[in-house]
Formats: sequence, structure tokens, C-alpha cells
Amino acid sequence: MFDFDYTFHWITVWNVFPEMLSAAMVTIEVAVTSMIVGLFFAVFLSLGKDSSNELFRTPSIIWIEIARNTPALFQIYMAYFGLGAFGIHLSPYLAVMIALIFNNAGYLAETLRGGFASIPRTQLASSRSLGMTAFQAYRHIILPQVFKVVYHPMTNQMIWSILMTSLGTLVGMLELTGKTDQLQSLSFRTFEFYLVAAVMYFVIAKGTLLLAKLLAYKIFKGDA
Amino acid sequence: MKNKQIKYLIYALIFIYAVYQTIVSVKASSLTYYDLEFLLEGLERTVYISVVSIAIGTFFGLIFGWMKVSMGTFGNIILSGFLDILRSVPLIIQLILFYAFMGILEIDISIFWVGAIILSAYTSAFVTEVVRAGIESVPLTTRRAARSLGMTYWQDYRYIVFPLGLRAVFPSWISIVLSVIKDSALVSVIGYLELLKTTEELIAKTNEALLLLLGIGLFYFIISYPISLYAAKLERKLKV
Repeated sequence: MFDFDYTFHWITVWNVFPEMLSAAMVTIEVAVTSMIVGLFFAVFLSLGKDSSNELFRTPSIIWIEIARNTPALFQIYMAYFGLGAFGIHLSPYLAVMIALIFNNAGYLAETLRGGFASIPRTQLASSRSLGMTAFQAYRHIILPQVFKVVYHPMTNQMIWSILMTSLGTLVGMLELTGKTDQLQSLSFRTFEFYLVAAVMYFVIAKGTLLLAKLLAYKIFKGDA
Repeated sequence: MKNKQIKYLIYALIFIYAVYQTIVSVKASSLTYYDLEFLLEGLERTVYISVVSIAIGTFFGLIFGWMKVSMGTFGNIILSGFLDILRSVPLIIQLILFYAFMGILEIDISIFWVGAIILSAYTSAFVTEVVRAGIESVPLTTRRAARSLGMTYWQDYRYIVFPLGLRAVFPSWISIVLSVIKDSALVSVIGYLELLKTTEELIAKTNEALLLLLGIGLFYFIISYPISLYAAKLERKLKV
């Protein structure tokens, strides 16, 4: 059917495989860090969106809606090229990190809001009436329950976070995709290099899911 | 009430000021009329590739979703594995890989179709799950009742499962549509001149990074935000 006139050169990839592995570590590092910091902001955003104080609510809504309604790639460009207009020149690594934190926080905030909504408001009132401070009530009563509800959506967001780091290549960041692109440009074995990268992403994503399942089993003692 | 009016007045003033500022800065910048036209063409292509991919992706998603419910374990494992790959590998990599593969096979295919095929496949992977959930949301007793009333297999799907299932999963489908519109920005990687790529070229040409980026951010937002509001409203309405 087709004239198949192409020999695959896997050895070229194998020779630089250690470099790809260390690039994969960068990918995981950025994904995990942006997820953790994003979660931190998301807690405030989700509380802010439901707060009655205009001063908290409006910025939270703006953040969440921009993060959710523009492409992640646009957000990365904004952090990399856009901030440049203000004289802030970030390294690609930092720009991608900031953009991903912004994006993750927006999505996680909505997830958390769903989680908070699933807990009856009366629980907060009753824990306060039992003499707990607001912080204690959140720490011991509300958050553990919310955590259980949002655990699986958060796992999905983690996978998104990993996949989104691949956009970093477009601003010249050397994570797995960027490194792959750099390495393939030396030999023009595009297909082989990207296939290996695809397999690596697949393994990372599936590994994360597996880890999350094991952790869930451990944290929730099997009842989630 | 009065507070609210003042609030809207302030918003309106901010909006008018923003529009005024935009016009002033566009005039002051080195952007020409043709650059803006170029940008609009990019927008057109973004909408075009999104619509094509969503249509094809939804079509295949419907078929795959139906297959997932009706096939045996073996077929299911193969189909799920295939769709799983589409969801666990970054879209950029899929695009470049497919593009390179077409090069290896020496198939002459336009960049548009490379992007549209991969985006469709990606869409179908997500739609499949939604369709499966939709079909499973219809109580089996309802479907048995339909069959016992003399409906054929397809009549059951056409008149019972489709209307009921659609109601359950329509908001999820809309959120997929939204993510496809946003993900279509990635087709720029293989050189398709959609909204983001045209912007990138214009940035290289005119050096007006912030203005252009804010402009297309607004474009994406204008496309995406009303749909997401509609989805949220629909979800509330269907929940009750």
C-alpha cells in the first residue's frame, strides 16, 4: 500500500536515554511543585469566591475564570513574553512554573469549592459551638471530609499538570518534551525520539494514578 | 439596590476606560490594519479546526461509547487501552508524532488535517467516557420496559437512552468542547496558523507582546466564558 522506505534508528535514542530520564525528572518536579503551590492558592481562592467580602470575591473570581477560560499555553506565553513588557524577564523554568501554578490554582479552586459545598454548613456552626476556633474546625472537621471528596478530581488535575508541563517546550524550557526536541534536532530522528517521550509520559501518568490509588487505600483505609 | 447600581456604574466606567486605552495603544503601536486582519484570520482558523474536531470527535465518541457498553471484556480492554493512551500523552507529542509518522509513510496531508485528526481522536477519547456514563445513567428497568413495549434495540437507543442520557451528560460534553477550543492552540506546534500562532508571528514582527497577548486572551475568553456560564446554568437546572 505504501512504499515503506524508512529504517528506525533506536540506538540513537538509547545513547542519550539518561538525558531524557533526567529531563523527565524536571517534568515531574515542575508538575508536583506547581500542584502543591497551586493547591495552597486554591484553598484561598475557593474560600474567596464564596466569601461575602467583595474585596476577596472579585479577585478570586477573576483569577479562577481567567485560569479556566484561556488556554494554558496562552498563560505560559503571558508569563514569559507578557511579563517581559513590564521589564520582568523570567527564565523559561520560572515562567512555566508560575503559569502552571496559576492554572492549577484556578482549576483546583473549583474542585475544592465543590468539596466545600458537599459539607453541610451546619457542621462548621456546630463545631464552633462546641468551642473550636475557626481554624480548628477547618483543620479537624471540614478539611478532612473535603479532602476525601476532592481526592480523585485532584489526581486528575495532577495528571493534567504533568501533561501541561510539555507546553514548556514552546518557551524553550528543557523538560521532557523540550529536551526531546533538542536531542532530535541533532539527528532528525523525530519519530523515534517522540515515541520514546510519549511512552515515558504514559508511564509517568499511569504511575501517578497507581501511586494515587495506593495512597488512597492507605489514607482512607480502603473506604473511598 | 443603590449599591448595586454604583457597582455596575464603576464596572461600566472601567470597561469604557479599557476600550479607550486599547484603541489608544493599538493606534500608538506599530500594528497595522493588516496585522489585525491577520489576527482575525487566525481566530477564524481556531474556530474552524475546533468545530471540525469537535464534530468528528463527538461522532466517534458516540460510537466508541456505545461499543464500550455493548462489547465484551476483551474488546473493551483494547478500546480502553487505546483511548487511555490518547489521554495520557501530551497533545503536543501526539501532534508531532503523527506529523512525523505521516512523513515516514510519505503521505501527503495538510497541516490542518494532521491537527484535526489528532484533536478529533483526543476529543473522542473524552467523549467516549461521557457517552458511556450517559448510557449507564439510564436505569436498566426503563430500558427493559421500552423493550417489553415492543421497541427494537435501536428504537430503545433512539427514543429512550439518547434523550435521557443526553440530559445527564450534556454539561460534561460542553466542558469537553471548551477544553478542545483551548487545546486547539497547540496545533500551532506543527505550524498551523491559528490564533496563538498568528499572535506569535506578530509578536516577532512588531514586538508588541503584551498588547497582542492581552488581545488574544480576550478573544479566547470571549469564546469560552459564555459557554462555561451556559454549562454551569444548565447543570444547576438539570440537577433539580
